[in-house]
Amino acid sequence: MEAVQQQLQSLTWSDAAYLAPEWILVAFTIALAVLDLFLPRQSSRSSIGWLTLGGLAISLGFAIWRLTDVIDKVGKTDANGQPVSHVIRLMGDSYRIDVFSSLLKILFLVATMLIVLMSLGTVRKTDISDRGEFYYLLLPAVVGAMIMASSGDMITLYIGLELLSITTYVLVGIRKHAVQSAEAAFKYVVTGGISSALLLFGMSYLYGITGATNLGAIAQGIQQHASEYPALLYVSFFFILAGLGIKIAAAPFHYWAPDVYQGAPTPVTAFLAVVSKGAAFAIIFRILYNVAFFASSPDYPIADDVFLAVLVIAAAAMLIGSTMALRQVNVKRLMALSGVANAGYLLVPVGLSLKGMHASNVGEFIFYLAAYLLMTIGMLAVLSVINKSVGHDEIGGFAGLYYRAPWTAAAVVVFVLSLAGLPVTGGFFGKLFILLGAAESKLYWIIAIMVVSSVISYYFYFGIIRQMFMRATIDTEVRVPVTTGIVIWLCAVATVVLGIVPGPVLDFVNDHFSIVSDLFVRLQ
Amino acid sequence: MLADLPILSLITFSPLLGILVLLFLPKHRSRWLKATAIIATILPLLLSLWLYADYDSTKGGKAYEETATWLDVSLNKEAVGEVGSYQFELQYHMGVDGLSMPLLLLTAVVGVMAALASVHVKKRWKSFYIWFLLLEIGMLGVFLARDVFLFFVFFEMTLIPMFFLIGIWGYMNRERAANKFLLYNGIGSAIMLIAFVILVATAGFRAEQVPEKQQTNLSYCGSYEVITTNLTKADSYVNMSTEQTQGQENPFYLSERMRWVIFLLLLIAFGIKLPIFPFHTWMLRVHTEAPPSVVMIHSGVLLKMGAYGLLRFGVFMFPAVAEDWKVAIAILGVVNILYGAVLAVVQKEFKLVLAYSSISHMGIVLLGIASLNEIGLHGAIIQLISHGLISALLFLIVGSIYERTGSTELKDLGGLARSMPFISGILLTAGMASLGLPGLSGFIGEFLSLLGLFDSQQAVTCVAVLGVILTAVYVLRSILGITFGAMPEKLAAVRDARLIEAVPMITLLAFIVLIGVYPAVLTEPMKHGFDTLLQQLSEKAGR
Repeated sequence: MEAVQQQLQSLTWSDAAYLAPEWILVAFTIALAVLDLFLPRQSSRSSIGWLTLGGLAISLGFAIWRLTDVIDKVGKTDANGQPVSHVIRLMGDSYRIDVFSSLLKILFLVATMLIVLMSLGTVRKTDISDRGEFYYLLLPAVVGAMIMASSGDMITLYIGLELLSITTYVLVGIRKHAVQSAEAAFKYVVTGGISSALLLFGMSYLYGITGATNLGAIAQGIQQHASEYPALLYVSFFFILAGLGIKIAAAPFHYWAPDVYQGAPTPVTAFLAVVSKGAAFAIIFRILYNVAFFASSPDYPIADDVFLAVLVIAAAAMLIGSTMALRQVNVKRLMALSGVANAGYLLVPVGLSLKGMHASNVGEFIFYLAAYLLMTIGMLAVLSVINKSVGHDEIGGFAGLYYRAPWTAAAVVVFVLSLAGLPVTGGFFGKLFILLGAAESKLYWIIAIMVVSSVISYYFYFGIIRQMFMRATIDTEVRVPVTTGIVIWLCAVATVVLGIVPGPVLDFVNDHFSIVSDLFVRLQ
Repeated sequence: MLADLPILSLITFSPLLGILVLLFLPKHRSRWLKATAIIATILPLLLSLWLYADYDSTKGGKAYEETATWLDVSLNKEAVGEVGSYQFELQYHMGVDGLSMPLLLLTAVVGVMAALASVHVKKRWKSFYIWFLLLEIGMLGVFLARDVFLFFVFFEMTLIPMFFLIGIWGYMNRERAANKFLLYNGIGSAIMLIAFVILVATAGFRAEQVPEKQQTNLSYCGSYEVITTNLTKADSYVNMSTEQTQGQENPFYLSERMRWVIFLLLLIAFGIKLPIFPFHTWMLRVHTEAPPSVVMIHSGVLLKMGAYGLLRFGVFMFPAVAEDWKVAIAILGVVNILYGAVLAVVQKEFKLVLAYSSISHMGIVLLGIASLNEIGLHGAIIQLISHGLISALLFLIVGSIYERTGSTELKDLGGLARSMPFISGILLTAGMASLGLPGLSGFIGEFLSLLGLFDSQQAVTCVAVLGVILTAVYVLRSILGITFGAMPEKLAAVRDARLIEAVPMITLLAFIVLIGVYPAVLTEPMKHGFDTLLQQLSEKAGR
């Protein structure tokens, strides 16, 4: 009974203050929606874009402040010498503000800011008729992602997921007059629905076995009941993996990705590739490490099997993503398949579990996610510029880019090197750290698959370079809008910086993040 | 005095100066661009000559070593309990020893000569020279890096510029050649990375006690020194099997079989670069499609990186495994020699003759390595240097001939001795060096390698000697056909070498003769380079 009361604990005003990053975005969404109604029809909607950017910046400020606050408390003790938890738990531990969630929130907000900034230069009225909506709908989507990162309860987690999904369904279909966009939106809604259904089905079994929705409570229940219901647990975990596998577009659940990425407006593609994917990874981490990690019985090594399944999905995603991308000529589809392979790389630290002396999984994950964020958004920003100039997303649009826009071509070289995992870029160190983690865990087969898939990917990534440097130029002028140019250069410079001094990011994560207090949800 | 300077970094990064200047030069000023690039390659040559003069083989290269922390990444400590620190260390660690010194000189020399030979480049000079200098930085760094990941970074730094140099400035099928180059070498470096990562996670682990703080510092380190020391010390974690740790699981232990696997991975990785027989197809394409000055670098230096890596990371780190594998390596070498030589005999295109001859000559290097004694190893290194110089010279000549005649098909060429006596003379001499005429460098390398191998594997050596005969056949057939024989009408009017072509030809030839008559210039710095290895081998034999 006590547990139930704790679950029902309501939100107080002081709790609400902790949620400032989320509230601000919600407030901005409403305000901007109203503003959009009152603005004259013919006025440019870029003011709304800038306000969206402002809202995200304020939210980012609060998120960073929250993170420093949380970190300050790490390792502190109270008057009696007892260690105090630095984690802020709201509503009976269903909403947590810890290092894990704060770091992810910061990444999501930064990514969305870059995406808005890149849209300001390239989104045209003829393409997206409701540009106001396009901008402010990004806000609830990020809120959804942030809720996913913070939740310690299956219900909050699902609410966040649906908030993110439903807004992105709209965003994908926002190019109302384009057939492709409508097709993409339809496909996305259907697969998204299937994904939610699979996830819910899997979670319902967990609820059935343990009678709880809180991940901490489930973890406790599982430890007691795992040996009684091994079959149910396997079903549950595999359904959850399948549902989330669709969300992160990992093979074999990736068939929707190329079509949807192609049909969606380029900024939305970037959002799907980075924020949507990253948020789903947050849930994967939470569920697997909180629940599956403890699900073991003497007869059935459920936890080992689940983590092995994650690695198998990762391997499939890497190999299938890279090989399918070989024949792609549409850059957006190519980025979708590259996203499939990258989902595989990101899954490796998840699947490594905690073996031997290795516990840096989250550090490796966050670093690679940051590198992936930069290279993907940068590449898609370039693509949006090229699309504006030549009117399509085919790889031929890059032909002779070196002659038309040498500096942009140089930035693309940086992104390609990073995507291919070559030094000295963020992508290289991201992969290197994951490889080291796998080597420390003695999982040599996944190392082999990672590097093989990287080598396969050289072929199509360098295909872009071949176009830029070795093909005759086409006579269309490439004009890089200032805001998009800023995004391209921020991403390129940051990618190189991560490649030369990758230390600080990883140091920060590994020094402050603790699996026990920041990832595990524990009833108190 | 030299030891006070960060001389190794200066050598490696001095071409960067040229890149910076090039960036600010207007791109149509081809003369300025060329001059800048040539000067930028002379810098590392001068510096490495200075280093060579200062280098004392009895003291080794300790004095010149440069170590700086590149990265100390903390790892999550939750699984290791109470420790002072738990880190992954990546060092910027440069060093030089008897093994890298000669190769460093080779790189610097061939670099300058190739820059001079780049006068044949017809388009986009600015980006050509920028990629060229980046390539040079990568090559110099490969031979000096002493951290496995730093080595890997430099190794990959040669990959990307080569891709551009082949793909943009090559002949007709340049893009396919560039792709093939990228994929094969990509696979090679990927395999190398697997081996390195496993090595760092096991042999790179160390636990240091800090008595004053009563704590232990744990780290994974990529430093070559740390890894080799750990591998040789009997009480390091990597050598403690489960029996020695009283049944406790030791995650850092490398079993005998794992060592074999790592050695095999390294053999394949560097075998692709070297190239060892079944992995050689990519280099034929590069030889025929890349511009001559780039082939000079490729054949002159890049192939040598394979042999260097195999020695440095394969043989030096795992002498015991190398001992087990030496017959296999020797057989691979013989296969290379005979396969390359037989196919060189039947080629119709001069560049392919030279490409197959490279395969054949690199086989001799494998023989030298397989001997695992001082004579043979010296022979291998001299063969590396000698082949680097000879093939650079031959491709320099090929470039000059192609520019004048527009063809390198053997049937289109003939009687060139009449219209260009100077180039033909050099070509003949280079050919003689290539087939191992005493007094020229090729002889010394071949002779020492075979002599070294004869010590332990007589039968293999005897088969290998057959290759020497075949070499004479294909060299004389192709080169005599080009210089003498019937001259096609249109070749009557071609002019002899210009000064800018003659200078690198004479210089390279001078080095070839110098090594041929006075090999001590190379053996002197190498003298004690193999001491540790030979000592370990004799210890193993004694046990």
